[in-house]
Amino acid sequence: MSVIDRPLAARRRWRIPGGVPLVVALAMGFMALMFVVMIFAQLIQPYAFEHIDLMNRMTPPLPLEGADWRHPLGTDKLGRDLFSRLLIGAQTSMLLALLGTCIGAVLGIALGFFAAHRGGLLDEAIMTLVDFQAAMPWFIIALAILAFMGNSMLIFILIMGLYGWEAYARVTRGLVLGAREQGYALAVRGLGAKPRWIYLRHVLPNISGPLLVQLTINFPNTILFETSLSFLGLGIRPPMTSLGQMLGEGRDYLINAWWLAVIPGAVIFFTTLSMSVLGDWLRARLDPSLEN
Amino acid sequence: MSVILQARGLTKSYQSRRGGLLRRPRRFFAVEGVDLTLAQGETLGIVGESGCGKSTLAKLLLGLIEADGGSVRIGGEDSLNVSDAQWRGLRRRMQMVYQDAAGALDPRLRVRAQVEEPLRIHGLPPEAAADALRAVGLSGALAGRYPHEMSGGQLQRVVIARALALGPELLVLDEPVSALDVSIQAQIVNLLEDLQRDRGLSYVFVSHDLGVVRHISDRIAVMYLGRIVEEAPRGTFYAGPLHPYSRALLDAVPRPDPARRRETAARIGDPPNPASPPTGCRFHPRCPFAADICKTEPPALRDFGGRRAACHRAEEIG
Amino acid sequence: MRWVTIKSLRAVLTMWLVVTFVFFVLRLSGDPTDVLLPDDIDQATRDFYRTLWGLDAPLWDQYVSYLRGLAHGDFGISFRNNQDAFQLVRDRVPKTALLGGTAIAIALLLGVPLGVLAALYRDSWLDRTVMGLAVFGFSMPNFFLGILLILIFSLQLRWLPSSGSGTWWHLIMPALTLGTGFAAQIARYTRSSMIDVLSKPYMRTARSKGAGPARRVGLHALPNASVPVVTILGLKVGEMLGWAVVTETVFAWPGIGRLLTNAVATRDLAVVQCIMIVLAFTMVSANVIVDLVYGWLDPRVRVGAGARQR
Ligand SMILES: Nc1ncnc2c1ncn2[C@@H]1O[C@H](COP(=O)(O)OP(=O)(O)OP(=O)(O)O)[C@@H](O)[C@H]1O
Ligand code: SF4
Ligand SMILES: [Mg+2]
Repeated sequence: MSVIDRPLAARRRWRIPGGVPLVVALAMGFMALMFVVMIFAQLIQPYAFEHIDLMNRMTPPLPLEGADWRHPLGTDKLGRDLFSRLLIGAQTSMLLALLGTCIGAVLGIALGFFAAHRGGLLDEAIMTLVDFQAAMPWFIIALAILAFMGNSMLIFILIMGLYGWEAYARVTRGLVLGAREQGYALAVRGLGAKPRWIYLRHVLPNISGPLLVQLTINFPNTILFETSLSFLGLGIRPPMTSLGQMLGEGRDYLINAWWLAVIPGAVIFFTTLSMSVLGDWLRARLDPSLEN
Repeated sequence: MSVILQARGLTKSYQSRRGGLLRRPRRFFAVEGVDLTLAQGETLGIVGESGCGKSTLAKLLLGLIEADGGSVRIGGEDSLNVSDAQWRGLRRRMQMVYQDAAGALDPRLRVRAQVEEPLRIHGLPPEAAADALRAVGLSGALAGRYPHEMSGGQLQRVVIARALALGPELLVLDEPVSALDVSIQAQIVNLLEDLQRDRGLSYVFVSHDLGVVRHISDRIAVMYLGRIVEEAPRGTFYAGPLHPYSRALLDAVPRPDPARRRETAARIGDPPNPASPPTGCRFHPRCPFAADICKTEPPALRDFGGRRAACHRAEEIG
Repeated sequence: MRWVTIKSLRAVLTMWLVVTFVFFVLRLSGDPTDVLLPDDIDQATRDFYRTLWGLDAPLWDQYVSYLRGLAHGDFGISFRNNQDAFQLVRDRVPKTALLGGTAIAIALLLGVPLGVLAALYRDSWLDRTVMGLAVFGFSMPNFFLGILLILIFSLQLRWLPSSGSGTWWHLIMPALTLGTGFAAQIARYTRSSMIDVLSKPYMRTARSKGAGPARRVGLHALPNASVPVVTILGLKVGEMLGWAVVTETVFAWPGIGRLLTNAVATRDLAVVQCIMIVLAFTMVSANVIVDLVYGWLDPRVRVGAGARQR
């Protein structure tokens, strides 16, 4: 199916100097911020995120009545600083999503390449695996695995890595088959290049655009995957924290401390939103046929 | 004159359609039993209608696709039954020039890098690229451009330069000018002739256009449905071909008088499906000279003193 | 009908793979008696339960008898309350079906008209607004939307109940939560599919024959545009089941999802296993149905039935 989707972000409206639409610039800014947090959370946090202060419990965030300047986003039921927790939670969620996306991408791209290169039975086997992975309710299987295999970070990361690999494999295989039949790949073979040379110097660079788009689709999904599991109490569990875990905890205090749930929720939302906007923009830029 | 390229009984078949669970895939011959000889510094023109197997033959000669049968010798050495490493090494002796020059170049690389690439692949100093670019008339700033910044003629020059960079003895050119404007075609053909003279190159020049082939070739081979039906030196060929198909092709060459052209085109009709070729002489459904024997007996490629033709009635017609 | 047979065989194969995967993952994750029984229990009692639950047999025998059980519709006994696991799950199916069905209805009723409008008035403010909302819609995490709805409509306005399933009022927020994201996706796919179809030659033919705009869209464009939309819908069923678990947890909706989170919390192996198989079955059947509907809407796909669509 040809997706003639011309997304919001691609329109020639409010652009910042440099030609990037304002929405996209905002999304880029937010993601940059998230990456800074991911790397420097420990340096930014005003308090240790697990520091308990029973004298200052459930203080509201700043503009609200009763807020405390020392805790700009307020504190939770144990008096832990919400801002610090948010930083660490965001760091955890971002790291996990990045790791999960990368594992999935490397696995999927490698298998996709392999399937396209070798063809035949191996191709069939890999594509059957892809079909099966796509036909399994992976979120629910992940839920069960986590419940029964216990609280292991390694298993959690593996599960996240296995999430979405099949999309990369499918996309990569199609792209490689397409690119390999392109005249230039055949021509370079005719110059005497080895397959490695052709794949690394010609095929991979030429398909990196669509793969990048796939990455922007997969990344927010992986964030949602992690936060949902943590929200249900199965992914990241105390004493560690992630955005989903914070949200799950905050849900119990909706009546008198709504911000405990809403603030981490909003951060998750803005992250996925930013990535979607960036993905749409990238897709429109990389595929000129979407433009006219 | 020494022989640079010699092909014997080259054959390649393809599956005509995917086989299903119950359907047996059908095979057909895109190239069947082709013998060719090319002398050093000579140009052999190969002509035929679309789909007759010209490109397949060109790739077979270079070993770019695997042959079902037959042999190819380059400078006396077997070039088909070789190891992968030897095969890659042979690329330094023979190169291809493609019809779709834009498609044969990586859109992401500058022209200079593309011409240097074969040298890098073979671990040779990339300086020879500048020489090749100069030889095709692309010097200085043009070499720093990306393919999409160049015209069709310039792109074909890049492809030729890239093929020349390794200093090959043989170039197989598959419709190198068919995609170009007529005015540009002449420039490229002239360039190829200059290069051949300066470097002692040998050419296999594939085209469906007898006019272009006439200009550059020393000998002409005519293909019909995977087989060579006639082969002759240029002069004798254009003076009067032996094979009825060659005649029809020559008649179809564009002339000033459009009425006659249409008449010829109507007479020769459309080519049959290569996947299910006619029995006997494959040309018989379209041949004005066809006799009974033509429907059952495939004619052999026979020698007629310096020229060859595959037609039962060649003596009578010629 | 070789095509149908192949599709069905693939579905059965997928089911077998899921069932096997589930069995080994759950069995290899440790001895259930460790989790279920108190630590200080004596070995004799432990062995009694191990025999009762069939855990003392070799893994392979367990697998075979598990498969045999499944074939007879026997999904085992809940470790927690000794009820038939399948019975427990079946009691919850109507609730989840109600929630999921309503959500799909919302997604279609919102997404298709909005997508069609956006396509018809392409590049207008309407198109821009709808597509902007769509980006919001599918970026919105389900659990967050649920919590926002609870905050606004239950705690602030006090219009709707925040949990449970007694009345139709209870259905509104969970169904909206589950349906919004899909409405957004469907709106996007409908739009691009419509634009695709509207540019086809037969649409111009319809116009030249004097068909009015309503007729052109309703009779010619929409049926053709619906083909990819239906496919997407089917492929999203698995995703939807995942989100249903989250939604049911947020709103304490007593469906399969909630049963699953409870069973997971109490390590009720048989129930978890049964739920996963039921959900996988739902998902695989949805894919088969989509394939069939797809083939019915677009007969061309049947021709290449043997080859996988890649
Ligand atoms: N990879 C392939 N698989 C199956 N059939 C093929 C393949 N390559 C070529 N063919 C078929 O073999 C026949 C000869 O093809 P070829 O490209 O050699 O013809 P050609 O004379 O170069 O035609 P053109 O003038 O169109 O370039 C055609 O019928 C073509 O469809
Ligand atoms: S063999 Fe017969 S059919 Fe074939 S070209 Fe000669 S005369 Fe024509
Ligand atoms: Mg060709």
